[in-house]
Amino acid sequence: MDQDCIVIGGGLVGSAVAYGLSGQNQKVAILDGGDRSFRASRGNFGLVWVQGKGWDYPPYAQWCLKAANLWPEFSRQLGEETGTDLCYRRNGGMHFCVNEAELEERRKILEQNALHTDGEFQYEMLDHAALAEKVPQISNAVVGASYSHLDGHVDPLSLLHALHQGINRQDVTYVPSQNVSEISGKDGEFRVVSNGKTRSAGKVVLCAGLGNQRLGEMVGMNIPVVVDRGQLMITERIKPFLDWPTLHVRQTGEGTVQIGDSHEKVGLDDGTDPAILQKIVQRAVLMFPFLARVRLVRAWGALRIMTPDGNPIYQQSETCPGAYAVTCHSGVTLAAIHAGTVAEWISGKNDDPLLSRFGTDRLHV
Amino acid sequence: MFKTIEEPAEGAVEILVEGVAHRVPANISVAAAALLCGLGSVRETPVSGAGRLPYCMMGVCFDCLMKINGQPNQRACQVTVAADMTVERQLGAAEYEDL
Amino acid sequence: MIDDRYELLIIGAGPAGMAAACEAASHGIRVAVLDNQAAPGGQIYRNVDRATNRQNRVLGKDFVKGRSLVEQFKQSGGSYFPGATVWFLDEKRRVGVLIDDKSFFVDADKLLLAAGAQERPMPIKGWQLPGVMTAGAGQILLKSAGMVPNGRLVLAGSGPLLLLLAYQYLQAGVKIDALIDTTPRGAISRSLGKLFEALPAADYLLKGVKMMLAVRRAGIPIYHGVEGLSAIGEEKLEAVRFDTGKTGFKKVTDCELRADTLLLHQGVISNIRLPLAAGCEIEWDAGQKNWAVTNDEWGRSSNADIYVVGDGSRISGAEASALQGRLAGMHASHQLGKISDSKLEVLSGPVVKSRKRHLSIRPFLDSCYTPSPRYLVPGDDTLVCRCEEITAGEIRQAVRLGCTGPNQVKSFTRCGMGPCQGGQCGSTVSLIIAEQLDKPMAEIGCLRVRPPLSPITLGQLSEA
Ligand code: FES
Repeated sequence: MDQDCIVIGGGLVGSAVAYGLSGQNQKVAILDGGDRSFRASRGNFGLVWVQGKGWDYPPYAQWCLKAANLWPEFSRQLGEETGTDLCYRRNGGMHFCVNEAELEERRKILEQNALHTDGEFQYEMLDHAALAEKVPQISNAVVGASYSHLDGHVDPLSLLHALHQGINRQDVTYVPSQNVSEISGKDGEFRVVSNGKTRSAGKVVLCAGLGNQRLGEMVGMNIPVVVDRGQLMITERIKPFLDWPTLHVRQTGEGTVQIGDSHEKVGLDDGTDPAILQKIVQRAVLMFPFLARVRLVRAWGALRIMTPDGNPIYQQSETCPGAYAVTCHSGVTLAAIHAGTVAEWISGKNDDPLLSRFGTDRLHV
Repeated sequence: MFKTIEEPAEGAVEILVEGVAHRVPANISVAAAALLCGLGSVRETPVSGAGRLPYCMMGVCFDCLMKINGQPNQRACQVTVAADMTVERQLGAAEYEDL
Repeated sequence: MIDDRYELLIIGAGPAGMAAACEAASHGIRVAVLDNQAAPGGQIYRNVDRATNRQNRVLGKDFVKGRSLVEQFKQSGGSYFPGATVWFLDEKRRVGVLIDDKSFFVDADKLLLAAGAQERPMPIKGWQLPGVMTAGAGQILLKSAGMVPNGRLVLAGSGPLLLLLAYQYLQAGVKIDALIDTTPRGAISRSLGKLFEALPAADYLLKGVKMMLAVRRAGIPIYHGVEGLSAIGEEKLEAVRFDTGKTGFKKVTDCELRADTLLLHQGVISNIRLPLAAGCEIEWDAGQKNWAVTNDEWGRSSNADIYVVGDGSRISGAEASALQGRLAGMHASHQLGKISDSKLEVLSGPVVKSRKRHLSIRPFLDSCYTPSPRYLVPGDDTLVCRCEEITAGEIRQAVRLGCTGPNQVKSFTRCGMGPCQGGQCGSTVSLIIAEQLDKPMAEIGCLRVRPPLSPITLGQLSEA
């Protein structure tokens, strides 16, 4: 057997899972795509986010809260091990609302979040005056905001870099530019063929985002994925003005301002569409009028991998036990739990009952 | 570090560079003017604070970023001088006064 | 005011763009030319219609020659938008352009990209110090502002432009303290075989020889085959140093020359940001060490409605570029139904022939001035990305972690993420990776280009 475990996909999901697995003394190899693969990790907004997540699916609300609570320790450990500053801060997050109806809808959503977590999820609704006290530059067009101290943010690319440094230190075999053409076998004896080369492993974990649909079929799993394009923009560095991350505007550790994000059903097109960029910008400028004078440095599209109901999939194949699939669009928030609970589950050391709520059976009824 | 080879043909304009009035040839770029005025650096990088001067003069390198008429991070090599223009060094990240 | 659609939209008013516009307009095509400079001419004929007699004497006949093309262009009848920066472009030929701080979208039946060349980066240690500039920058200052360096001046690198600039500075009475030639030893003798091919363009050769002789006669200290070049200084350039070189027959080692200005040059490369944004295919030209845009004999790219011509498609020089622009302008007119098959043939014949003559010098020049690998791929402690201040060592570290191309390296290191968006460092990053992984450039690829292609504020974007 070449490996205990082969992880297919080396983005935020795959590298977090591999990092966790190798931390448990598993011998791991990652087969990753190439330089120009569709990479959802590059489109990440960097939020370690709880508010609003899973408001319509209690297990997900609980899962995200759990993940966010693991983050401080995860970030400390990964940062120390690799000497990389992830720029992680858990100083709370906000969502701005531009009319009373939005504010009311937001309140209802967060109420659900609190309900699903037995009140562990805490939040506040801020009116304009309370918000303006925290964020003096906010325009009068913003009538209020939701705020939760449980939210935070991180530099998603530093996180990806650190995870790769981490797996490199732990002697994970990383093989880039791979195209997996065949997976066969079952628990204890999988064979994975990529770029004409066969590798054997005890287990196989599919973390290939969009590719999970195709790869899943090879091991008897039906993993429905929906592609959802988000366009993002990043500005020049400006002096600090916004301490808190929000769903639309975030100032990074370097001082650049990240603005997003759209949800578009355009298939496998990671391009940009000026009309949509304009809409995104208009909302940001409505909130912070001075942004109109700030220079754009880059706009890009990235493909999110969504499941039909928007919640993650954690599934072990029934016909080929030992093959696992991990599919989600919150690679940053969930990184801590992927490196922890999920890696333990794959190596058979954790049976968190929540995991059973993320199987594919919920989608195939 | 630079000088002109002759008196400007098309007259001169007065601009304010780092608060000091300078007469420079009309129609030259702000970056050229900054070099002519002898600025030791036109900006300090937001990354390390190192000083920089224009490098390519053709809009590629973004090392000539300056604050021109109060507008931060302008490529000085792509802007033509105009009478009474204020030109300041760009120190680190951009600042917006209502920020 | 700019319209929202043109039959032929040209980006770039250098020799190729101007010639294409003249040609197409003469066949009755509705043409518009967008250019980011204040006056037509491109880099080569920059400011040509405003240059003083003194400037003209210093810059020479080849520069003044540009005036007639500029004149012709101004009278061509096409619409011309100076100071227009293109910030958006896609494969559907949708162009977002900023004119007088206002953004417009323009569509084009045929698009012609003639964005010209930019200086090939020469990343030596200390190249970010104030006082170090490109030779191209020195020449732009001369053309557009009649400015020359003051103080101790060193020119370093390789390529015709370096020699031309030295010659022009001599005409302007500028003292050059040293000329440092980094052309690898033996490059010239190895290129002699290509000399025969270059004979039709003997005029180029003669000019080169004339300039070389003038520089020698001026008594400028010249160092050949220089290795280990770096710029030294704390806050600004103080000295230029190198490990080894030769002056006359004398070998010099560990040489340090005091300097106030260092002008670097090692050839030019095509500015491919626009073609990449438009989805045109590119290919690595190993002879020119340049990403060239794949195009046919009419300048048509992999996208049949988009022409990419001039130095912006492959380095060919001003004359050959203008001729290629003419061919593309003719072909576009033919495609748009304005001229017949036979007329296209008649018109293009002599142009093709003349272009061939001008191109015949290229193999010799490319081989003679091929940049030394040591100056293409810098050592670990040299800055590669000037914006985010990322060194070659950090890039190599990312490659050791498994990055196989510039886009992954960028995700890991921020290299290419700053304001210039990799316009300055992109080619160096790919070369470093190719060397480290021992793979061809075509496999490594280049940084993906995304909007904005030139700066735009969020306000300008949202009001377009
Ligand atoms: S000097 Fe390079 S962009 Fe202005």
